[in-house]
Amino acid sequence: MLTKRIIPCLDIKDGRTVKGIHFENIKDAGDPVELAMRYCKEGADELVFLDISATNEKRKTLTQLVLDVAKNINIPFTVGGGVNSVYDVSILLNAGADKVSINSAAFNNPRLIKDIAQRFGNQCVVLAVDIKFENDDWFVYLNGGRLNTGKKALEWIRQSVDLGAGEILLTSMNNDGTKNGFACDITKLVSESVHVPVIASGGAGSIKHFEEVFLKGGADAALAASVFHYNEIKIGDLKKQLKIKNIEIRL
Amino acid sequence: MKIVIIKYNAGNARSVSFALERLGVSPLITDNAEQITNADKVIFPGVGEASTAMNFLKTNNLDTLIKKLQQPVLGICLGMQLLCKHSEEGNTSCLNIIDANVKKFKGDLKIPQIGWNTVYDLKLPLFKNVNENSYFYFVHGYYLESCGSTISTTDYIVPFSSAINKNNFYGVQFHPEKSGTVGEQVLKNFIELK
Repeated sequence: MLTKRIIPCLDIKDGRTVKGIHFENIKDAGDPVELAMRYCKEGADELVFLDISATNEKRKTLTQLVLDVAKNINIPFTVGGGVNSVYDVSILLNAGADKVSINSAAFNNPRLIKDIAQRFGNQCVVLAVDIKFENDDWFVYLNGGRLNTGKKALEWIRQSVDLGAGEILLTSMNNDGTKNGFACDITKLVSESVHVPVIASGGAGSIKHFEEVFLKGGADAALAASVFHYNEIKIGDLKKQLKIKNIEIRL
Repeated sequence: MKIVIIKYNAGNARSVSFALERLGVSPLITDNAEQITNADKVIFPGVGEASTAMNFLKTNNLDTLIKKLQQPVLGICLGMQLLCKHSEEGNTSCLNIIDANVKKFKGDLKIPQIGWNTVYDLKLPLFKNVNENSYFYFVHGYYLESCGSTISTTDYIVPFSSAINKNNFYGVQFHPEKSGTVGEQVLKNFIELK
């Protein structure tokens, strides 16, 4: 059986791992390659690197980082942050990334999803979407959570899958950084609305939260950052506990 | 030993190369016909779309070259699918080395299949020192039907060929270069083929 995936996320700024709360108050959390290797050893199923600096000059730093990660780890990884064109994607994939996540650029130019999917296959297009619950619905936010687009989350996600997104990385801004659990309701709704895998993100604080997002939220994968960075949850322990709850997990 | 990774427009050649380097071999990534023909082992990677990849191979005469290879060849993911007769992806006529077809997953589960799944009914020599039901990493929306060349099976919607072998041609649907230590074992077994 296909397993549920546990995915540590490394937010990258100027070549270092960082972590903020609600996309703000950024703190240094270590060397990304070292962390990546540690996660790999501990049993992570996949890794995600999101470059939150993402200006043109920083892009070269990112490409070098992708190369270093690819040399040192033997599990798949996704890279995102500021990906704007098919060319950007080709650089990252050539450096050894397996998938690329796109967010604002795809929202502003949905055609980009189609172009990347046609060129590299939809399996490498991860649509990252930051959503926030307000006025009784979930809306898409851009620019690291600063800009409300006014577009309903489900509508955009369905559209992106039709265009060729092969996976959805769904981050609830209401939950991100709170450690109060994932947004299970919207995760379930998204998971049932599209035929591609959904990675739930935002809110992981305990092993129970992972159990919930798989069993109640119907997530295919769960992503977290700080609980893994600071060793609050050990990936090995997490996976053993989930297996005990009869969730399909690779040990 | 000379190991060549075929360079073309649908490859994740770099990742495969890094995995081999971790095993202590230095592969050459090339589309040069002579270098490919003279290699001891040839790896044919693949991430991408079948018809685009096939067109590229034809335009560069790599299709006839691959078919003539005598040394062990390992197709990975799309590389394995292209060894077959036909793919539903882009209604593509492939290399026709393996007498089987590539079909689109249709069913209730998520498509593409992305993640770790088990492989069983493993055949030697490619799966030497690999346990039955080991987990490998898969990313694919199309699958190769079970056939006479199947050397391992995986279940997703249907049981499909997760690895194949015919004469000197081998293929794996999963990504050994991304499947942790078991994946490295499969690559090692391929490198050590006589």
